[in-house]
Amino acid sequence: MKDKIAIKVDDLTVAYNFKPVLWDVDLSIPEGVLMAIVGPNGAGKSTLIKAMLDIVKPIAGTIEIFGKPYKKQYKEVAYVPQKGSVDWDFPTTALDVVLMGTYGSLGWIKRPGKTEKKEALEALEKVGMLEFRSRQISQLSGGQQQRVFLARALVQKASIYIMDEPFQGVDATTEKAIINILKELRKSGKTVVVVHHDLQTVPEYFDWVTFLNVKKIATGSVKDIFNDDNLTKTYGINYKVSLLQ
Amino acid sequence: MTSAQIEIQLIACIVAVACAIPGTFLVLRKMAMISDAISHSILPGIVIGFFLTEDLNSPWLILLAAFSGILTVVLVEYIQKTGLVKEDTAIGLVFPSLFSIGVILIAKNAGDVHLDVDAVLLGELAFAPFDRVIIGSADMGPKSLWVIGIILLVTLALLLAFFKELKISTFDKQLAATLGFSPVIMHYGLMTVASVTTVGAFDAVGAILVVALMIAPPAMAYLLTNNLKKMLLMASVFGIIGAILGYWVAHWLDASIAGSITTVLGVLFFLIYMFSPNRGLISVLYRQKRQKVEVHLLTFLLHLQNHSEKSERHINHLNEHINWHKVRAQSVLDLALKNNMITIDDSIISLTDKGKTFTSEAINYIITNKSAAIEEMKDRFFLFRG
Repeated sequence: MKDKIAIKVDDLTVAYNFKPVLWDVDLSIPEGVLMAIVGPNGAGKSTLIKAMLDIVKPIAGTIEIFGKPYKKQYKEVAYVPQKGSVDWDFPTTALDVVLMGTYGSLGWIKRPGKTEKKEALEALEKVGMLEFRSRQISQLSGGQQQRVFLARALVQKASIYIMDEPFQGVDATTEKAIINILKELRKSGKTVVVVHHDLQTVPEYFDWVTFLNVKKIATGSVKDIFNDDNLTKTYGINYKVSLLQ
Repeated sequence: MTSAQIEIQLIACIVAVACAIPGTFLVLRKMAMISDAISHSILPGIVIGFFLTEDLNSPWLILLAAFSGILTVVLVEYIQKTGLVKEDTAIGLVFPSLFSIGVILIAKNAGDVHLDVDAVLLGELAFAPFDRVIIGSADMGPKSLWVIGIILLVTLALLLAFFKELKISTFDKQLAATLGFSPVIMHYGLMTVASVTTVGAFDAVGAILVVALMIAPPAMAYLLTNNLKKMLLMASVFGIIGAILGYWVAHWLDASIAGSITTVLGVLFFLIYMFSPNRGLISVLYRQKRQKVEVHLLTFLLHLQNHSEKSERHINHLNEHINWHKVRAQSVLDLALKNNMITIDDSIISLTDKGKTFTSEAINYIITNKSAAIEEMKDRFFLFRG
């Protein structure tokens, strides 16, 4: 199952104002894993996924999604940005935000119709937000906003889900709801890549992990590589798995 | 009404709607000031267009002016991207420069032409009916009506075709990009429409009124609705109301039409800013006051729950114990009584079962902060509903 490569990153270097934030990163993400990207602040975690999504242009290196460049594969990829990246005072409802996830498959000019609306409602139900469908998005709590974002990614019906810190600032119920959905996605063969902050939950939530600190430190299954050695290499201090609990 | 009066109001209304549509997206993108910049920096485009064609009615004028509008946006973004100055500074640097180039060009070369800075900035709606389109011997109506009418139709067509794309690239640029909608194309498309509208409208109503019509009506609509389609519609309606009311105010005061429309828009905005049911100043203050009362009620209930001794629960000692003055103590007491949270026997206050449940749940919510449960809780306990 894990021999097909979903995302392949080759020699990727990204710089902001000539200062490299990612340096010569090679990374192969097998299809069907639930992977965490961990690393200290400023390690380039968000930059790495933005490069995968073609939002950030690298100064060197290539990225392939199932063997082809992103531009040809964008329908295969769903992105959940950080909650803070949008203006939640925008005049729209939860349902409408989820509907935006269907825009990609609709293409230019065509409007969402009954089918899309039904899919959006199903996605809202899946994340437990159906009753909030007509609520203005600024009236939602942080956790609810994150769940709306997840629902929006779900309606894209992609093969790869890329999420930027989905657990940041959400309540425990939401965190549990989100991780259950992510595990479900993996079970159905999807690939899920998550920028993650909480090292403590890595072994419980994920089966695959990438350690990143400007350079790639290690990547592989949580079982094999989530150890003291890699934690220390990534975070610089004497980190121990046992101390996380 | 004379036909000239009707024509002036018609032009003003069409300009209002043509401005409200791009204006709504500018407001939502927090780019309101760009419209101000565009409205000034189209001047060199108009002047150069005039030199090349020697004709104030040439469509080249509109194209060149729209081009200098886009140039403004490009320059602002370029300066901003260097990271040396912030966006507002960049806007303040670019448009006066372009505008003054236009002023110098006029002063040096076009002293004897009907093209002056006042006309560009302030416009004169009252003159609009004099400049007519005549085909053969048939009078087809005022020229500005045609120009702005065509611009409005094109804007409406673009809005209908690209509503979804505009919405997504305004709300979430990154998502738009990952879904294959180029936010850059949408951005410059919107800027082009804003520039063309400004150029088409300035001749009739002047640059300042264009800015007012682009920003004030959407800002009003933003305070009243949570729906983008309604916001567009309301902005257009407010623009029309401002245009017609403003016209009659000008008529009554014998003042500039553009000036009166702008003033009416300002007054309308002030009224909505004060009285909008959800986002207006008064309702915000009312909500804050209500939240304050809620916190006080909770403090009071908590005090009752924490103290079994009678001396702490005596009605006359409330003020001293929680350190409240009389009026507040009385209002909180009334609220608790009205909601059946407490009973009073012999001037001693006790929590009812409902009061106890409410207090524990509220405390639980405050400690765990788990969800938006307190809103539902307030509904469940009929707080503030008698």
